[in-house]
Amino acid sequence: MSEIREIILNSDRLATDEYLVNMGPQHPSTHGVLRMLVRLEGEKVLNIEPHIGYIHSGIEKMCEAISYPQIIHLTDRMDYLSAHMNNEAVALCVEKALQVEVPDRVNYIRTIMDELSRLASHQLWWCVMGMDLGALTTFFYGLRDREKILDIFEETCGARLTVNYNLPGGVMFDIHPNFQKRVKDFVKYFRTKLPEYDQLLSGNVIFRERTSGIGYLSPADAIEYGVTGPSGRASGFSCDLRKHQPYSAYPLVKFNEILDHRCDTLARYEVRIKEMYESLSIIDQLIDNIPEGEYAVKMKGVIKLPEGEFFQRVETARGEFGVFVISDGKKNPYRVKFRSPGFSNLFALNKMAKGHKIADLVAIMSTLDLVIPDIDR
Amino acid sequence: MAFNIYDFSNLTHTIHVGLQESFSPFMATTLEWVIVGTAYLLFVALFGLLLVYAERKVCAAFQQRLGPMRVGYWGLLQTIADFIKLLMKELIMPRKADRFLYNLAPFIVIIASFLAIAVIPFAPGLQSLDFDIGIFYLTAVSSVGVIGILLAGWSSNNKYSLIGAMRSGAQILSYELSVSLSLLTMIVFAGSMQFSTIVEQQRGAWFIFSGHVPAIIAFIVFLIAGTAETNRGPFDLAEAESELTAGFHTEYSGIKFAFFFLAEYINLFIISAVATTVFLGGWMPLHFGNLESFNHAMDFIPPIVWFFMKVWVVIFIIMWFKWTFPRLRVDQILTLEWKYLLPINLVNILLMALVVLTKFHF
Amino acid sequence: MKSFIEYIGSIFKGIWTLLIGMKVTGKYFFTPWKNVTQQYPENRDQLVMFERFRGEVIMTHNENNEHLCTGCGICEINCPNGSIEIISKSILTPDGKKKRIIDQHIYHLGMCTFCNLCVKACPTGAIVMGQKFEHAVWDRSLLTKVLNQPGSKIEEGVKE
Repeated sequence: MSEIREIILNSDRLATDEYLVNMGPQHPSTHGVLRMLVRLEGEKVLNIEPHIGYIHSGIEKMCEAISYPQIIHLTDRMDYLSAHMNNEAVALCVEKALQVEVPDRVNYIRTIMDELSRLASHQLWWCVMGMDLGALTTFFYGLRDREKILDIFEETCGARLTVNYNLPGGVMFDIHPNFQKRVKDFVKYFRTKLPEYDQLLSGNVIFRERTSGIGYLSPADAIEYGVTGPSGRASGFSCDLRKHQPYSAYPLVKFNEILDHRCDTLARYEVRIKEMYESLSIIDQLIDNIPEGEYAVKMKGVIKLPEGEFFQRVETARGEFGVFVISDGKKNPYRVKFRSPGFSNLFALNKMAKGHKIADLVAIMSTLDLVIPDIDR
Repeated sequence: MAFNIYDFSNLTHTIHVGLQESFSPFMATTLEWVIVGTAYLLFVALFGLLLVYAERKVCAAFQQRLGPMRVGYWGLLQTIADFIKLLMKELIMPRKADRFLYNLAPFIVIIASFLAIAVIPFAPGLQSLDFDIGIFYLTAVSSVGVIGILLAGWSSNNKYSLIGAMRSGAQILSYELSVSLSLLTMIVFAGSMQFSTIVEQQRGAWFIFSGHVPAIIAFIVFLIAGTAETNRGPFDLAEAESELTAGFHTEYSGIKFAFFFLAEYINLFIISAVATTVFLGGWMPLHFGNLESFNHAMDFIPPIVWFFMKVWVVIFIIMWFKWTFPRLRVDQILTLEWKYLLPINLVNILLMALVVLTKFHF
Repeated sequence: MKSFIEYIGSIFKGIWTLLIGMKVTGKYFFTPWKNVTQQYPENRDQLVMFERFRGEVIMTHNENNEHLCTGCGICEINCPNGSIEIISKSILTPDGKKKRIIDQHIYHLGMCTFCNLCVKACPTGAIVMGQKFEHAVWDRSLLTKVLNQPGSKIEEGVKE
């Protein structure tokens, strides 16, 4: 007791102890089993140490034992919110290795599906963002609209979340006859609901106060940590692969790469909101022009890649997703490496949240839009 | 028994006289205490359950859901089922918790709420404590609850609880000021701190109408500060689910948790009841100057119905806040109080004093 | 003075944005007939899944209790996680040849990820995806199913 009194008396300010808090693995705002060792001084965050691996499923190792179509179905389980983009990355990689040209119809379908997944993912992010900041109602409005996209997925792909719609050389089924009508209805419906998102959260004075100027990530840091996707673009890092390395039908559509130079939480929020508008416009451009043709190229029963190394990257809702395959000519790869956006984004968290309050840490974390299986793989 | 729905003073008087006649004075007083205490306990328990049900239904409606639908018609018995479940739950205590304080905390919180509810006039004659410093007493006892919250946070031996409790302490101590100052504005207008006098003065027009601009400002400030004092969203930093899991009551389970839960809802009722009494005319019906027939029609509705109607409206507005806004950060909550509400309040009191001096009111 | 006006302005602006937010939630509160949730077990009868919905793998049988499965085992090879086991037996055909036919098509629903690869690969279209989505059972062993019905045999004219 006397020691404490001595410390208090002798220090020129009130002595407070730093303490460690385990945020997670079970915590409402980590959205999964992420554990962060947070060093706090009162409310102030001094240091964050993310501890990952609680949901490690060894997907990369499993891929070495299975064939390429089966690898595609495993990528659903990594970043389950952009399942379609992950599938597409592997499919594109295999097509690249085999030098297969897919029909235009496949490209169109894939791009529309990509953008629908991006919308669904951003909607879920939006509602969770509101919930993390304490506005619980946003959660239900976001899910309400996301449900419509999931219905489209279910009708055409047969599943809602782990769609597994891509195959090397095409897609699994042709689009459902109702597909175009449903998508058009959805786009029309969602254009009326997006302004509501702004009214409810973006314009709200409490929300703006909570987010502006918080979690600064400089462009240099963004590049250094490899922060891609909307989080990177909010730091002014032009990293949209749909623009820089266009794949599928992206070369054919006109859209803007959303960049923001404010580098804070609000910028990351607004980039995503604006991306939703861009996605809607991409879908608008493509949905009426889906060309007739085959929905898949006839592939061999057993797909064998030629010997060598192959790499393909796509833009998921979270950032740059890369597939690196080393093949030794067999039907299963020698080694597969996935570059997942969540992993790189997570480790910039310490840089951003240092010196802010716990509440800001939660806000920053939700603007990074983390999906834990994507980080752990 | 002279039962009259428009005036309960006959009823209470009859009971009082009857008890005095049949028992010794000491026994009669004791019995009266017991009767009043039981009545309040019953009221609080039932109204608390009703409020929890209402909150769940209201929030469901805001979120385009149906809310509880399974137990009873439209889920009416859901909260009772929840209450039974909470009663049957095991009481878990962290091993290194401070036993005495840990067990004491829920009682302090709920007793503070009970103390505050005593001065609220429900209807003519239906008020157990009516003395000349009613509002002063109310502001005093309603801030006792924060001690319970601080104790709960400290004694649980949990870092989340401690952070939540400290936030709650800072918040309630600051917002106490705004609540008191906005009530003070109305005291300046009413010229009395006694609840029955305040209600009586609103016979012609409610204070929010007769006090016009300063009264409306005071009402808004009171609503904001009152919401903050009850630890409800958007000021629910003390429990801040997404940050601190459950804040100060993280380590409580079973009936002790139910006490915290119930206290939160009683506080919601108290804040709404005080807002009703001071700004919206208490149990007084809505009267407009010289619209005789309209005023008579309004008089036909019993005062107790008027009181609860107004209370429900205020409760609904506070729920509307909670289910719309994001949570404030701990420094912003203090900024809001010290840089916005407090200066506005001080200017508002001056304004009210001017209004009273110049007799520029209705 | 200018900062004072800004201060007052910020208050009104802030309150205005809050009111806009309350308008949105209020709009939904006062239109309760627009609710989007359903009461699930009660509306079981009205629930129709999309025809492509992947609920479980089933084997279709015609009215004579005949199926299309030849027991070739392609689905077993294509399954990423071993949810399908084919047990075949050899019989003597009437003209005296030995022939392998399906004995049991075992399907582990508990391991299935509903990826549709088996259905896609099946050369005869014997297995399809069913629409049932309520798979909860009391015992894990009930999740292992035999898809070909007892006593069923392969339809005439199905090519090996």
